[in-house]
Amino acid sequence: MSATTRPRIVTQHRASLDLFGFSGPQSIAFLVMLALIVVLPYVGIYPVFMMKVLCFALFACAFNLLIGYVGLMSFGHAAFFGMGGYVAAWTVKNWGFTPELGILGAGLTGAALGVVFGGLAIRRQGIYFAMITLALAQMVYFFCLQAPFTGGEDGIQQVPRGNLFGLISMRPDMAMYWLVAVNFIVFFLVIHRTVHSPFGQVLKAIRENEPRATSLGYRTDDYKLIAFVLSCFIAGIAGGTKSLVFGIATLTDVNYSMSGEVVLMTLLGGLGTIFGPVAGAAIIVGLENYLAQFGAWVTVTQGAIFVVCVLAFRRGIIGEIAALFKTSL
Amino acid sequence: MSGAIAAGRRGPAVPGWALWIGALLVAVIAVVFLVGPAAVWAWLYKPPALLLGQLLLGLINGAFYALLSLGLAIIFGMLNIINFAHGALFMMGAFIAWMLLTPNTWLAMISPGLAVPDWLMLGYWPSLIVVPIVVGAFGLFLEKTIISRLYRLDHLYGLLLTFGLALVIEGLFRNAFGSSGMPYRIPNALQGGVNLGFMFMPYYRGWVVVAAGVVCLVTWLVIEKTSLGAKLRAATENPGLVQAFGVNVPRMISLTYAGGLALAAFAGVLAAPIYSVNPNMGSNFIITVFAVVVIGGMGSIVGSIVTGFGLGIVEGLTKVYYPQASATVIFVIMVIVLLMRPAGLFGKGS
Amino acid sequence: MILDRRTLLGTTLAAGSTLALPRRGRAQSNTIKIGVLNDQSGPYRDLGGMHSVNAAKMAIKEMGAGLNVEVISADHQNKPDIGAGIVRQWIDQDGVDMILDVNTSSVALAVNGVCKQKNISYINNGAGTTDLTGPQCTPVTIHWGYDVYMLAQSTGGALVKSGGKNWYFITADYVFGQQLQRDASFFVKKEGGQVTGASMYPFPGTSDFSSFLISAQSSGADVLGLANAGADTTNCIKQAAEFGLTQKMKIAALLMYINDVKGLGLEAAQGLFLTESFYWDLDDKSRAFSKRFEEIDPAVKPNMDQASCYASTLHFLKTVKEMGVDKRKDGAAVVAQMKKTPAQDDAYGTTHIREDGWAQVPAYLFQVKSPKESKGTWDYYKLVQTTKAGEAGKPMSEGGCPLVKS
Repeated sequence: MSATTRPRIVTQHRASLDLFGFSGPQSIAFLVMLALIVVLPYVGIYPVFMMKVLCFALFACAFNLLIGYVGLMSFGHAAFFGMGGYVAAWTVKNWGFTPELGILGAGLTGAALGVVFGGLAIRRQGIYFAMITLALAQMVYFFCLQAPFTGGEDGIQQVPRGNLFGLISMRPDMAMYWLVAVNFIVFFLVIHRTVHSPFGQVLKAIRENEPRATSLGYRTDDYKLIAFVLSCFIAGIAGGTKSLVFGIATLTDVNYSMSGEVVLMTLLGGLGTIFGPVAGAAIIVGLENYLAQFGAWVTVTQGAIFVVCVLAFRRGIIGEIAALFKTSL
Repeated sequence: MSGAIAAGRRGPAVPGWALWIGALLVAVIAVVFLVGPAAVWAWLYKPPALLLGQLLLGLINGAFYALLSLGLAIIFGMLNIINFAHGALFMMGAFIAWMLLTPNTWLAMISPGLAVPDWLMLGYWPSLIVVPIVVGAFGLFLEKTIISRLYRLDHLYGLLLTFGLALVIEGLFRNAFGSSGMPYRIPNALQGGVNLGFMFMPYYRGWVVVAAGVVCLVTWLVIEKTSLGAKLRAATENPGLVQAFGVNVPRMISLTYAGGLALAAFAGVLAAPIYSVNPNMGSNFIITVFAVVVIGGMGSIVGSIVTGFGLGIVEGLTKVYYPQASATVIFVIMVIVLLMRPAGLFGKGS
Repeated sequence: MILDRRTLLGTTLAAGSTLALPRRGRAQSNTIKIGVLNDQSGPYRDLGGMHSVNAAKMAIKEMGAGLNVEVISADHQNKPDIGAGIVRQWIDQDGVDMILDVNTSSVALAVNGVCKQKNISYINNGAGTTDLTGPQCTPVTIHWGYDVYMLAQSTGGALVKSGGKNWYFITADYVFGQQLQRDASFFVKKEGGQVTGASMYPFPGTSDFSSFLISAQSSGADVLGLANAGADTTNCIKQAAEFGLTQKMKIAALLMYINDVKGLGLEAAQGLFLTESFYWDLDDKSRAFSKRFEEIDPAVKPNMDQASCYASTLHFLKTVKEMGVDKRKDGAAVVAQMKKTPAQDDAYGTTHIREDGWAQVPAYLFQVKSPKESKGTWDYYKLVQTTKAGEAGKPMSEGGCPLVKS
């Protein structure tokens, strides 16, 4: 979405202090994020809540990859998240998969679904792309509603957490927390490195001026498809992790309101920023948690945030902070 | 995929879709020959009560699809906004009709003992006129304050903002009234039904189809055949030029948005006795209506009406022959149409 | 540094949300906390909802002398992931000692898993699934209210005997509806009837049943079996009348509460058979209980959900008092003690809880009175048949509960 005003990008090329290719301010933000992840459970924040935040943050980062760096808004990302969750839950519960295999399976499911959706949708852009992905995700929802293996409205319940690599029990919340945290950091860095690689540069070129990229000889549809499949893979990973944390996979995860939620998180945090989705996910999940006791105020608040963000706040929180410091986060 | 052009000789070009239809016909004839006409008939035949009953229900669903997608198509054609809030305003129309019919229930929620005398309650028939006007006025207000800021932004922001609006409206109603639904009685004049022998037709459901059809027809006539409609269509194509001719284009835009919402509210009042007024009724419909609009063609009036009714019938038939697919058949059709004819069946350009 | 309104908005949002971060709870050392989880906004909200919370409060008032007892409640919105998440947080963060009500069987089963894991007492009053005292029974679970087997045995059996041989089901497509249809079909076939077909519909979220009613009509059945509850049942009945189904078919509402009858009105509901384990006007004791309940909740008369919430909370508090308040966190021990001594109250009289967690309640088959027979609001039922406590509900030997030593 190139209609927003972009913050001026100030990159620092310092060969020595090159922390994963982050610039100075970005490295600081990354270290702050790491510190929060490590410290917060020990100062009294509920670990299950933190795990939920991390799963959604990863989901939002996957979505952001697509919209921030490829310029395509998928309004059906919940399909990959939810199907990943179902596959992980089913394989762990019925086939005795260990958690890391379950999560990997979830990612591969997301990727496979992404290949199918992408093949159908990638030639379109903008509104059409959003509507096709929305319709395809609805088909997945109705499939999940009727398929026997998903358990329909009951979902797949009592999914055991199992033993990581067959050795370490994941039943204690803190053990599972470390798995989720490491999972998140690894894939966060994967996304970041993908974006700051030659592949990412081509994607940027495609987003800025696709006909010119085509004229330079790049097969733009293929690049977009690869980015799309990667985004779906990571969304599947996030979904699989979430269903193992909570031990349940339900239709809520494939519903289109889940797709809307991830858009909201990314929009609020800052489209196209690195840390935006993480901040957005933390705020939205926190708000949901706090407002859940007040009935449907969650929905109203989410809607109000959408409206406010689109009208006055398009850069999102991290985007505004970055613009304040004249850097890019 | 045009027809064969031999070197040096030009024959009439055969359009791509005609080749597809031809292939389909050949396939059908082949199946009938292979399986035998008796077997095909046995599969096709369903008890008339079932077939016609589901067709009637499909036609009713189609009526709602047509009304809602008509409003969406008008708003998109004129304002270039994808109005995701359309479902929420449909629901609002149904709720306002309910609030007008039984004001004492919700007034008592504000403060017990607050009530109005009977003569102040508005029944179904007046609601059909009053509710669209009320919602239209609300639409005018929305357009002036919020929607007008979207015109210079990317389409996608419009989708997101109206999505947010829909969440706000639905959330507020769900908070106030729960998600289970309020009963709305069928008006006395339309109660009961007629036993046609091969099926039982409730009067009210037949009325819905007729009313929706009439409103769609009138809207189409206004847009295509009157001078007001001509000005509207001209303003869609070239607003600056039309404004230079002295037509108040911004006001026309506001009124168009209000008109699209009024259509949704009218559909809401029609729906109230059938679907039991509840805050989720909009979100149940909106995505299917999107699919209808995409299939019909994003800005096409005729497209949305014909596709709306047509897809309702297709859905009804699917419920008879293959019920498991009835929820997804519209999306499957949408995917096929998008692959073959991206502008939609009646759309122009992409 | 320009502090414009956008940055201010952003920083306040971020700062404010840290306040919303849930912290590890510090419960008072001897406050007993009861969590009532049910549907407060959806199709079942009038059956349990805040009325069940009030029933629990009434029990606390009567038995809570000398104890510090608190009640909290939440809406699970009929979604298992939401329900399980709330219970998990209640137990981990808020120190809840007992989970009560939990209608909607899919949520009930998810919560069952969480309570088993955390060893916290779980008394279910609102759900119908027989799995709670069957394959998914646990040492911490008590099922006190009704189950689908009891409903099928009572309502289903009676209707087939009175002449409805061919059944068509309209079923809510989740564990409750599916099990109710299964058990009702079993009793129909046992009495010599047959099932001509069934339509499953998505739950929650369906309010228009016309296409299923049309399928039912053309299937040639003479009984329409409604394997659903709450607003779904009343919508089916209203729409069946709209389509003229009631002229040719009988309606079997397999689960119906007195609140549904009130919502429908006697004109539409008269003659319907239904089964509840409690009725406010049954005898002097139940009338006395209802009168006391109405002092706390004047809007309704208690149905079997409120009666069982009250009775089970009373028994729980009595047991905890005897064992010592500090023992309340050991769900298995508390429930084992509750099974050892029978409960005693005005709503149900004496109730024994079986080894598999099933509280043995009677099943009353009622028929709804006609408007002429009723003497006023809430006077809706005439008693047709009683299945005694101990005979109603799925027999323990057939349940498949792993706790039962056979």
